[in-house]
Amino acid sequence: MEIDPFIFRLSIFILSIFVGYYVVWSVTPSLHTPLMSVTNAISSVIIVGAIIAALAGSSEVVFETSSIFGFLAIILAAVNIFGGFLVTQRMLQMYKKKKK
Amino acid sequence: MSANLSAIFYLLSGILFILALRGLSSPETSRQGNLFGIIGMTIAILVTFLSINNFNVGFIYVLVFLLIGGSIGAFIAFRIPMTAMPELVAGFHSLVGLAAVFVAISAFLKPEAFNLGNVGNIKLASLIEMSLGAAIGAITFSGSIIAFLKLRGIMSGAPIVFKGQHLINLILGLAIIFLIYYLCSTQSSSMFWSLVAISFLVGVLLIIPIGGADMPVVISMLNSYSGWAAAGIGFTLENTALIITGALVGSSGAILSYIMCKGMNRSFFNVILGGWGATDQSSTSQNKEQKPVKNGNADDAAFLMKNASSVIIVPGYGMAVAQAQHALREMVDALKKNGVKVSYAIHPVAGRMPGHMNVLLAEANVPYDEVFELEEINNDFANCDVAYVIGANDVTNPVAKSDPQSPIYGMPVLDVEKSKSVLFVKRSLSPGYAGIDNDLFYRDNTLMLFADAKKMTEEIVKSL
Repeated sequence: MEIDPFIFRLSIFILSIFVGYYVVWSVTPSLHTPLMSVTNAISSVIIVGAIIAALAGSSEVVFETSSIFGFLAIILAAVNIFGGFLVTQRMLQMYKKKKK
Repeated sequence: MSANLSAIFYLLSGILFILALRGLSSPETSRQGNLFGIIGMTIAILVTFLSINNFNVGFIYVLVFLLIGGSIGAFIAFRIPMTAMPELVAGFHSLVGLAAVFVAISAFLKPEAFNLGNVGNIKLASLIEMSLGAAIGAITFSGSIIAFLKLRGIMSGAPIVFKGQHLINLILGLAIIFLIYYLCSTQSSSMFWSLVAISFLVGVLLIIPIGGADMPVVISMLNSYSGWAAAGIGFTLENTALIITGALVGSSGAILSYIMCKGMNRSFFNVILGGWGATDQSSTSQNKEQKPVKNGNADDAAFLMKNASSVIIVPGYGMAVAQAQHALREMVDALKKNGVKVSYAIHPVAGRMPGHMNVLLAEANVPYDEVFELEEINNDFANCDVAYVIGANDVTNPVAKSDPQSPIYGMPVLDVEKSKSVLFVKRSLSPGYAGIDNDLFYRDNTLMLFADAKKMTEEIVKSL
């Protein structure tokens, strides 16, 4: 019997939870705020779904109900991607070592 | 681009996201990590464009909307003051949640665009995945909005509790499961819309009973939810990058919530079900008037610290509110010129989000190797001359170690009272968030400095 592709995705998901678990425990507590802002930025990779949704219309009808939700999601995710990465960058620039 | 090739690229961007988080293990590697994250995101977006192969007019609109959103995001990122970081993060979480809801709605309305079947005949597994994504996304959205309003001070930080709250939440929770079940068997769109509506309501009800100082837990929890919502959508779209990212973010937020709960010695459910020590507030406030406190001014504080050989600074939320971090750095610079050794002690739940104090100190150019976590520095208080407590309260209360009756008993606290003298900057003797009196105020070695944190610190700088 063939294995349902869902099982493969589930495997990826569960293994990623474990990867996340170990990687996040190794994050230094002083960088917990940048951790939150960067996880925020990367979870906006949901924009790939938004793009597919937005481009589901035809050349004649670009804006139909489903694609409008896609376009709205693109704006939201884009705010997050740019905002998230840039604010993380801004924070990380501030962490400096003692001048010897 | 073939589906297999794009799947490989999505995997690549997932791996780059893992490296982005890995980079945060130390400040030196963190900037490179952030770059990995940006590359991963760019790959994911480009691959999506290339795999669609449908470059109609809509494509231009996609770019336009992407740029609109991007400019708004960039504008916010450059303008936001560091003290507003907790509400910014809460606000960003709400956007991820809403984006997940919108993508799920779109997939429900036009499943053929996502290869999920047809309207009224969507594949069962996809239907479950998208309804979970939509429900969790909606809870994340409305919950984060409430957290944002509370952190921003638009809504009072006080817990909002009413009778039968837990019962209502339970009923609504069951209703969500019920609706998902019926949605799957009937494919009815009214079930789908009710599911989204109820989930929005649950998000609001879940966060309103949680008080201001518990926000570190809430914000981490919402971080986790936004990850699970993304993962749910990832399963729907059969997209590896989204599944990996969702799992990473989900577990990251869960770990942060755990660390925050441990920092308060409370269980996750205890925090989520709201309210802390609100009951015995009145009894403790009665006897506090009689106890004498030693009251000092900026000159006393300056004198004490100038003649000390080591000083430990204990910052808390009050420092963030007063924006005292820059004044504090000036004070420390002046002390260092006098040969005083200065370090900073950070409690895990100081401030309103994980790592809040560290970011503010970094903003004020405090080198990160002078800043220590609770376990690293707690033994040093016994050998330190002066502890300067600025805007922290409950996290220094020795009662947590001595009185089993106290609501904060067992919470890890900074052993501030062990230092030779304690300077406590506070506006009044009012109890902290936990509603209990701080024993530290009345100790012989404590000098209270009644003032705004920033003003007091500036005055100390002057008299140094």
